[in-house]
Amino acid sequence: MDQFNEIINTFFFIILPYLSIFTFLLVSIYRYRSRSFVYSSLSSQFLENRQHFWGMVPFHYGILTILAGHLVWFLFPKTTLLWNSVPLRLYIMEVSVFIFGLITFTGLINIIIRRRSDKKTRVITTTTDWIVLILLTIQIISGLYVAFFYRWGSSWFASSMSPYLHSIFKFNPDLAFISSMPFMVKLHIISAFSIILLFPFTRLVHVLVVPNPYLWRKPQVVRWNWDRKKIRDIENNSI
Amino acid sequence: MDIRSQISMVFHLDKCIGCHTCSIACKNIWTDRKGTEYMWWNNVETKPGTGFPTKWEDQEKYKGGWELKKGKVVLKSTNKVKTVTNIFHNPNMPTMDDYYEPWEYDYKELFNSKESDDQPTAKPVSMVTGEYIDIKAGPNWDDDLSGSPIYARNDINLENLTPEQKKQMFEIERLVMFYLPRICNHCLNPACVASCPSGALYKRGEDGIVLLDQKRCRAWRACISACPYKKTYYNWSSGKSEKCILCFPRVETGQAPACFHSCVGRIRYLGVLLYDADKIEEIASLPDEKLVEAHRSIILDPFDEKVISEAKRNGIADSTIDAAQKSPVYNFVVKWGLALPPHIEYRTLPMLFYVPPLLPVMSAQDGDTVKNINNEFFPDFEKARVPMKYMANLFSAGNESFIRYTLEKQTAVRAYRRAVTVGDIDMKDAEKALLKADCSKEEAEAIYKSTSLSTFEERFVIPASHREQAIEMYEDPLKLKQETGFGFKDKPKRGL
Ligand code: HEM
Ligand code: SF4
Ligand code: SF4
Repeated sequence: MDQFNEIINTFFFIILPYLSIFTFLLVSIYRYRSRSFVYSSLSSQFLENRQHFWGMVPFHYGILTILAGHLVWFLFPKTTLLWNSVPLRLYIMEVSVFIFGLITFTGLINIIIRRRSDKKTRVITTTTDWIVLILLTIQIISGLYVAFFYRWGSSWFASSMSPYLHSIFKFNPDLAFISSMPFMVKLHIISAFSIILLFPFTRLVHVLVVPNPYLWRKPQVVRWNWDRKKIRDIENNSI
Repeated sequence: MDIRSQISMVFHLDKCIGCHTCSIACKNIWTDRKGTEYMWWNNVETKPGTGFPTKWEDQEKYKGGWELKKGKVVLKSTNKVKTVTNIFHNPNMPTMDDYYEPWEYDYKELFNSKESDDQPTAKPVSMVTGEYIDIKAGPNWDDDLSGSPIYARNDINLENLTPEQKKQMFEIERLVMFYLPRICNHCLNPACVASCPSGALYKRGEDGIVLLDQKRCRAWRACISACPYKKTYYNWSSGKSEKCILCFPRVETGQAPACFHSCVGRIRYLGVLLYDADKIEEIASLPDEKLVEAHRSIILDPFDEKVISEAKRNGIADSTIDAAQKSPVYNFVVKWGLALPPHIEYRTLPMLFYVPPLLPVMSAQDGDTVKNINNEFFPDFEKARVPMKYMANLFSAGNESFIRYTLEKQTAVRAYRRAVTVGDIDMKDAEKALLKADCSKEEAEAIYKSTSLSTFEERFVIPASHREQAIEMYEDPLKLKQETGFGFKDKPKRGL
């Protein structure tokens, strides 16, 4: 039995993570370079505009906040624990993260209802869309479950999850913190890595092409057929 | 000075017969693919009317174009902060309901239906869902003023007309209308380009054609609401936006764009304008009443020695300068002052200009009949069936003097030519009319020739594009018909 457990653990917490991380990196880059046409958020707002708001907005604001939280806990576990050492601060952190989790969940439910109920949107819904939505549902439900029933959130993540993740990134995986976790925690981890694994094959790639240059580029964009700067410079020098 | 060249256009509305040939020519080449069925890069609408998409001119609804804020010209629909906050859900986005749900007919019903007392009909089938639908609206539902109580009466350009003027327009409801063919204006200050978070939209430096890079577009949809003319469209199937490309593969090979080439009324002119790109922002920030004049002033005289040498210094080819000197657009817009930009108050500085229609109807309702109220050949434009205010709302940011100028000149040219060819008008009167309309005899002849007799080569003066290598991108143009059309060679598979 122990041996069986070990195989399971090795598969889900060592092989799967590495498989997902490398697939994510290689396929995302390959896809961007050779088939950049398919990088798109594939918006469906044009076909249905009302339910769209109640799905996309809560979902995205929620998930981006939660992801930012996870990132901070992962990168700065000590700071997180220090912050949480005062109970009031811990409660504020836990409650607000839980609320954002619920917002995300509400948004996701609305997205799913919309995809089921609106005729036109259904036409452009693919199987991969459904796989993404189902995985995200599992991810969010398991996250909320852990946060609510085990009262573990940020502190737990910083003290147990971060060392495990750090060990993965140091290429020296250490399962000590993971193997004895309850099922829901394990599910949360497994579904997270599954999402990362499938990420480059789905519409989720839109997260990689968020348009940050817009924030500092000039409003108008002109592309030249010839090297304009060269022409102007040569001429300008000769005058 | 930063001189650039721009392929520009004039549509002579007095000649448009509303046949939609242009729209069909465009559709057959470019928008016969899945997800583009509803797009009409070229559409022809009846004015007064609400157009396509419905009420596109209502910027309170769509928030298209630019506005002045504290003397600075800024986009109405978005800015750097809003781009981030509204990216998940665009609050000003028109949806398919504002255009129409495309359909075809289930013709097999005509053959397969069982025998019955009624004729079988071909039922309409949605091209989106594949289900039978009830057609509620189409791209030119208000063609020739049909359904005018819903459409024509809601035309946004009627807004600040006096009740009397409105009455005057609708008195003989079925008589007063004209056609407005529309394509992308390939603006100098394009709102679509400025709004795109990905930088997918761009203006081509060498000829000013505004294009949308399909590989860079990520479906953030900012351009759809930003273009005040609603000339960027969202392809709901591929998840990319698309727009009129001014048939650049044709233009690059010296052919007129398909809608120009096919135009039955020969209303369309295409040519190069030289302009000073350094002035764009300054001009776009002027108050409404100065815009028409300033927009004209950005266009440079292609015969001016200084302009020519500056243009050369900027890398503009001799062949392009030569084309600019022969440009019919320059004549209509600058030399003769006949053509005006559509809704210049949107501040995108459109490079498609319209010659407002004369509309021969100068009559009023008299009981049950229509009587001619104007027997003089030089009519009183205050009494024109389409109030000048209406035309001014469309073509000169409300300034009637520009409309009066072009209508007077067009009428004078007609009178003069009638005096020449028919002779039932006294030449003296005709000359007086010309004088009043600020038009010499030579100019009148030139306008007449350009309007009525000009050949293909005179209407479309297309410079060599000097893009010889670029053509290799388009391998076999017909290979991907009904899929991508021209363009890169991948099949446009929807991203998973
Ligand atoms: C980083 C910033 C992000 C931006 C700017 C962004 C933007 C968008 C946009 C514009 C859409 C299309 C909405 C429409 O149909 O109109 C979309 C859809 C979607 N996004 Fe994001 N997104 C971001 C991050 C994320 C993240 C982190 C996730 C989840 C891990 C995510 C998951 C999804 C999903 C699942 C959909 C499809 C919803 C549906 O089925 O209709 N997004 N996103
Ligand atoms: S008409 Fe619209 S799509 Fe065309 S260049 Fe102007 S703003 Fe862009
Ligand atoms: S083809 Fe010419 S005449 Fe016919 S509708 Fe189009 S612009 Fe008007």
